[in-house]
Amino acid sequence: MAKYLLLKHYRGAPASVNDAPMDQWTPEEVSAHVRYMNDFAARLEETGEFVDGQALAPEGTWVRYDGEGRPPVTDGPFAETKDLIAGWMVIDVDTHERAVELAGELSAAPGAGGEPIHEWLELRPFLTEPPTITE
Amino acid sequence: MNEPLLRSLTPDVLQILVRRGAGFAAAEDAVQDALVEAVRVWPDDPPRDPKGWLITAAWRKFLDAARADAARHRREDLADREPPPGPAPAADDTLWLYFLCAHPSLTPSSAVALTLRAVGGLTTRQIALAYLVPEATMAQRISRAKRTVSSVRFDRPGDVATVLRVLYLVFNEGYSGDVDLSAEAIRLTRRLAAAIDHPEVAGLLALMLLHHARRAARTAPDGALVPLVEQDRGRWDTALIAEGIDILQAALALDRLGEYQAQAAIAALHADAPTAADTDWVQIVEWYDELVRLTDSPVARLNRAVAVGEADGPRAGLAALAALDHTLPRHTAVAAYLHERDGDPATAARLYAEAAEKAPNLAERAHLTRQAARLNTGMNH
Repeated sequence: MAKYLLLKHYRGAPASVNDAPMDQWTPEEVSAHVRYMNDFAARLEETGEFVDGQALAPEGTWVRYDGEGRPPVTDGPFAETKDLIAGWMVIDVDTHERAVELAGELSAAPGAGGEPIHEWLELRPFLTEPPTITE
Repeated sequence: MNEPLLRSLTPDVLQILVRRGAGFAAAEDAVQDALVEAVRVWPDDPPRDPKGWLITAAWRKFLDAARADAARHRREDLADREPPPGPAPAADDTLWLYFLCAHPSLTPSSAVALTLRAVGGLTTRQIALAYLVPEATMAQRISRAKRTVSSVRFDRPGDVATVLRVLYLVFNEGYSGDVDLSAEAIRLTRRLAAAIDHPEVAGLLALMLLHHARRAARTAPDGALVPLVEQDRGRWDTALIAEGIDILQAALALDRLGEYQAQAAIAALHADAPTAADTDWVQIVEWYDELVRLTDSPVARLNRAVAVGEADGPRAGLAALAALDHTLPRHTAVAAYLHERDGDPATAARLYAEAAEKAPNLAERAHLTRQAARLNTGMNH
């Protein structure tokens, strides 16, 4: 009953073990990878641990308030943009160990040669409402 | 629409269906369908006998589903695989449902979801809203839980401690969605306490009542946390406090101490003090000693260090804290507090800021950040 955000990065995470760019895979390898991800999400729906998940485009825009009546600045990339988030999934699990286990499973998605990618995923707990009993 | 009545009838109706020979999972589905129909029909056409109405409706839903199932099975030529009806519980055994829903074969979140639905009578949608997960996810969680327990046979009494843990989890979820889970946990624990004579059930009920009584004072209108010492004690619910203390005293008289009674005793000592300064910290330390003896919980040890800091001064508190694992949740926050009381605002400010980064929820993070800011700005002037 704790929610975690699983972040998949385009860029910024350490290189995966099986680090071939996706456009160098065979179409079958790409399909297998996509199927693995879909199966993973479907399995979590069945176990009652799935909350939400989306893929993100690599291109993002930076926005900030720039004074009353003036258009916000929307530009990028910035020099300090080190990582790019490719997608996310929110899970709701009983323990941190379970969250780690699932992230490990997701990281084993097949890549080039049908071998697991071993990519790094970022696992971040949600901050929630305080429990009733605090003192 | 009398929803509390509807919810309180749920476990009885469910048991009657099971006693008539329906399997648990099928009976539970049928009761849910009947509840949904009641919500739709009752506002225009209230029944004279709500329980009888629900039993009739649920039994009809069960028969419909069983017939549809049977027809499908015939079509698939699988009629012989129809499972035998589940075990019929002993008459008037409301405990059966609590033990089933908190069965050790279930994960904590599944046990909570099943308890809220089968014992509490909440709809899947309400439970999903309360836990902020999609309804489909919660539906799966519940049906998996039902499948898990459908093969469970009860020839021995279940484990009260497991049931209490589940109810405590529900209570601590507090308020979200359109259901007040703390109030729901209290309602379910009251029913359990009425059905079973067990000092720890009474202890948990007392603990919940004592904490619930202070709920209104615990947060500011903007949602900010108000620490115990700053709470407006005029906003505490004195009737709930009195009830909690009565229940606790009756339980303690049985002389079978357990962790919930010890926790309730600590809560009672806080609730009983007319002002924060009047708190009987010496006795609270003694109760924490009991709690540590009963549970050996690191959290109890941490809270004990706070109590020691109040009873014997911040130096003694810091000494007690030094013996504990520094990676414990809230360890840094406690250290910050004790250093401030010991007259070292610079260290306290640094530790408050550090604790804010590790805070497990937003309200606590904001609170700790404010503490650090208070000391930092105060020092600059």
